[in-house]
Amino acid sequence: MGSHHDTVGARTGMWLFLYTEIMLFGGLFVLYSAYYRMHAQAFISTGQELDTVLGSVNTVILLVSSFLVAAAITAVQRSQTKGAMALLTGAVLLGMVFLANKYLEWGHKFHLGIYPGSPGLEDSPPGRIVFYGLYYTITGLHALHIVMGMVLLIVCIAMIGFGRIQKERFLLLENCGLYWHLVDLIWIFIFPLFYLIL
Amino acid sequence: MDPHIQSYKKLGGVLGVLLVLTAVTVGVSRLDLGSLSLGVAMVIAGTKSALVLLFFMHLKYESWLIRGSFLMTIGVLALFIGFMFWDVGFR
Repeated sequence: MGSHHDTVGARTGMWLFLYTEIMLFGGLFVLYSAYYRMHAQAFISTGQELDTVLGSVNTVILLVSSFLVAAAITAVQRSQTKGAMALLTGAVLLGMVFLANKYLEWGHKFHLGIYPGSPGLEDSPPGRIVFYGLYYTITGLHALHIVMGMVLLIVCIAMIGFGRIQKERFLLLENCGLYWHLVDLIWIFIFPLFYLIL
Repeated sequence: MDPHIQSYKKLGGVLGVLLVLTAVTVGVSRLDLGSLSLGVAMVIAGTKSALVLLFFMHLKYESWLIRGSFLMTIGVLALFIGFMFWDVGFR
């Protein structure tokens, strides 16, 4: 390990950043809980309008992609360069499928005239308006994180190709992986709160 | 640097459990548990995130500094949510 690579510092810094991300989404989940208490019935009935199958498929996609990224670190540690690149490519492709599903889902809702400020939604009970407001804010912010995570993973694939990430030096991959896992972690909570009728 | 290498088999096993738990939480949501359903869903989500954190994110093999600061973050978030319920509940 080169003396100019402070791996402990870099990893601690990454975790500190993850804490700010946890608080960012945590704040939105606090908002969700407060409104859930006020409009429990509306939240339950509106939640039934979301597609549970699409939500489940996206959950499986993110879990598998997280596994692929974790396995890519093992591959790098074992100097299986091609395998690591293939695993990360798989994770990026799954990220694309996730976004495609999100596009279909949002597109369908827009088609039905359900989007923030839409005339159809404005006439709904307050609980339904708040539910969709939170739905678009949280899943939208989450989708942005997916895009960012995909960019980071693509950078890692290139770095492995150039030999900048290898057996003795894979901190960048570890930190990008942590980010990807966090995005998965947040979805683990989004899924039951919005898609499963609570 | 952490020399710990997790085998593909072990990571695959963790993925298997995560997928089973996803199926369980979808199945349980179909049952009529009333006010319990939110709690059950959150316990399953908590278990799933613990698995992701411990194995995929290597938290199990991290230093006390990272493990401790992570728990503190979750503690603060729990405090926020707890105070919020306290506030809304007694209005």
